[in-house]
Amino acid sequence: MKRINLILLGLVVAIAALPLLLPVTRGLAEPFAGADAQAQAAITQSNPDYRPWFSPLWEPPSGEIESFLFALQAALGAGLLGYYLGLRRGQGQRQTRRRRGEAPRRGADAADVPD
Amino acid sequence: MHIMEGFLPPLHAAAWTVVAIPFLVVGARRITRITNEHPRTKLLLASAGAFAFVLSALKIPSVTGSCSHPTGTGLGSILFGPPVMAVLGAIVLLFQALLLAHGGLTTLGANIVSMAIVGPWVAYGCFRLTRPLGLGIAVFLAAMLGDLATYLVTATQLALAFPDPVSGFPGALAKFGGVFALTQVPLAVIEGLLTVVVVNLLTEFSRDELSELGFNRRVADDGGATLAPIQSPTS
Repeated sequence: MKRINLILLGLVVAIAALPLLLPVTRGLAEPFAGADAQAQAAITQSNPDYRPWFSPLWEPPSGEIESFLFALQAALGAGLLGYYLGLRRGQGQRQTRRRRGEAPRRGADAADVPD
Repeated sequence: MHIMEGFLPPLHAAAWTVVAIPFLVVGARRITRITNEHPRTKLLLASAGAFAFVLSALKIPSVTGSCSHPTGTGLGSILFGPPVMAVLGAIVLLFQALLLAHGGLTTLGANIVSMAIVGPWVAYGCFRLTRPLGLGIAVFLAAMLGDLATYLVTATQLALAFPDPVSGFPGALAKFGGVFALTQVPLAVIEGLLTVVVVNLLTEFSRDELSELGFNRRVADDGGATLAPIQSPTS
């Protein structure tokens, strides 16, 4: 189980890293540009008369602020997901111990936690 | 897959918004019902939203030499059903439209249709169809194809709004499909793999909630021929 997950995560890293190692951006004006921006460029190219009729109410004032907000988004999501999985894992372990009829380890647990 | 603010003509923007609204209403009702009937699964529901939150923040390089991001909406769809993801996906899209100038308010309806409605429904349908092949395979295919479907819808939406002056809608679809769908293939595989990892962890740690949602029952139906062992010796 754990091994399967590690293998899958290894595959994820490999697939994400592969394009960085291959010469896929050769000849591209802007390597690894966002697909959203490319679509936008394709629109302005084929429909040069099109003018966006609405602009964002607020834009991150710099690339730094933008990457901060993206990192924040990822951190909030990963934090909650990790909290949930950790919580359920701990609860499951406590239940398993109880089912096995082991003595409640409340005292031992408390001693394990450095104050 | 975000169509930028103002980049759909007003009529198209309005039409996609009208399409999205009933799904949002049904999704909001479904969320209320789930949290009332299964209050224990609230945190899992939030975690499914969190998964979409993380994945849609990750811009990952692709073999086409450009970057895009997964959507993360397949997980919640197979756990809670696709209507729920209309709302959770819309929250993610709203966050990005308001704080990141990524996507937009006028294109919110179109983006909800692709990422929060069609993607989740394709993932769910695919999950039910491929379920007999084993849990891991079904989860992988569902998340991967749901992700791809989202980007195909975006390409279609843009092709409808901006048909090619020479080759018309098909030509534009090929053009936008080239930008979005090809780039997305390796990312969809990544999303599929990550979703399998999370489902593996859930079947290990959250058995009670999954069976309360009827998820484990479906798991047990096929005789346990799954990637994820139901009985796993935890340390």
